[in-house]
Amino acid sequence: MSATLHVRVWRGGADGAFREYEVPRRESQTVLDVVTHIQRALDPTLAYRFACRVGMCGSCAMTVNGAPRWTCRTHVDTVARDGTLTIGPLRNLPVIRDLVADMREFFDKWARAQGQFKGRRTRADDFERISPESEARRRADAAIECIGCGVCYAACDVVAANPAYLGPAALNRAWTLVNDVRDAAQPERLRAVAGDDASLACHTHMSCTERCPKALSPTAGIAGLKRAVSRAALQGKL
Amino acid sequence: MSRRAETLLWVAQRASAAVLGVCVLVHLATIIYAVQGGLTGAEILARTRGNTAWFTFYTVFVIAVAVHAPIGLRAVLAEWFGWRGRARDFALIAFAVVLAGMGLQAVSGVFA
Repeated sequence: MSATLHVRVWRGGADGAFREYEVPRRESQTVLDVVTHIQRALDPTLAYRFACRVGMCGSCAMTVNGAPRWTCRTHVDTVARDGTLTIGPLRNLPVIRDLVADMREFFDKWARAQGQFKGRRTRADDFERISPESEARRRADAAIECIGCGVCYAACDVVAANPAYLGPAALNRAWTLVNDVRDAAQPERLRAVAGDDASLACHTHMSCTERCPKALSPTAGIAGLKRAVSRAALQGKL
Repeated sequence: MSRRAETLLWVAQRASAAVLGVCVLVHLATIIYAVQGGLTGAEILARTRGNTAWFTFYTVFVIAVAVHAPIGLRAVLAEWFGWRGRARDFALIAFAVVLAGMGLQAVSGVFA
């Protein structure tokens, strides 16, 4: 392990450039530690996001040596090449400044994919009993742990080619609700995730599944949505 | 185009792909088997002309191509060249007609 790490960090907005820093190497150093060191010791004007530092909040995602990652859960040892790190904002999203991407479009697409639960019951009703062993609930549970970090969205080449595409996270969320028997908005949701800019645009590259820090498979959920919308279209229910 | 129409196009492309998968295998196996001893054009035509089974097979093959290729191109044109909308779709309908016309003409020439 060399004593210092050569770090290139994106500075500025969309027309910015990489600036270079020398950061001391430490044991068990994460990429977030590196960024924090730069801001606290070398250049206080550096903008970046983080909150929990332990892989729960999903706010510290950045592009590290070409791949989107949670910086708090990425050790420098595993990603540095020849003592060099290149850190940029998440791909496929507008850059606000430095390492901060604008997440608005990402979350607006969750809403466009009908990612909100719409229940039938009121607080006066009893709980609906759902068996955790039921097939639909198992499918929903397999996809439910998404924390909305945007890593899959940044990894997706279809979003890069078609900015209107809803993206893996929004479709994964829709898939959990398609499998939620309590939800009352299924026809609207299937319509929202059908068509050229939604589930059918997925090329099954599986970059989202490869990169998801939670080891989820949005690709599998999107394949399920493709089957569901195809069935609905053939039955004239779309 | 409505979401249902877009979805039905997607289904048509997957279904035609399944047909093409079988057709390509049968086609390749047949030509490899048929040319083993060496064949002239006249010998080929002597075997194929008036053969209803092969006429039907290659008609299905051509129709599957004419369905499959333009729908795939539709996505390619949108994603690589940003061409979307009705003009693209009409251009692709014309492309499908040309593909089907040329293919069916060839089928008719060899098998009818």
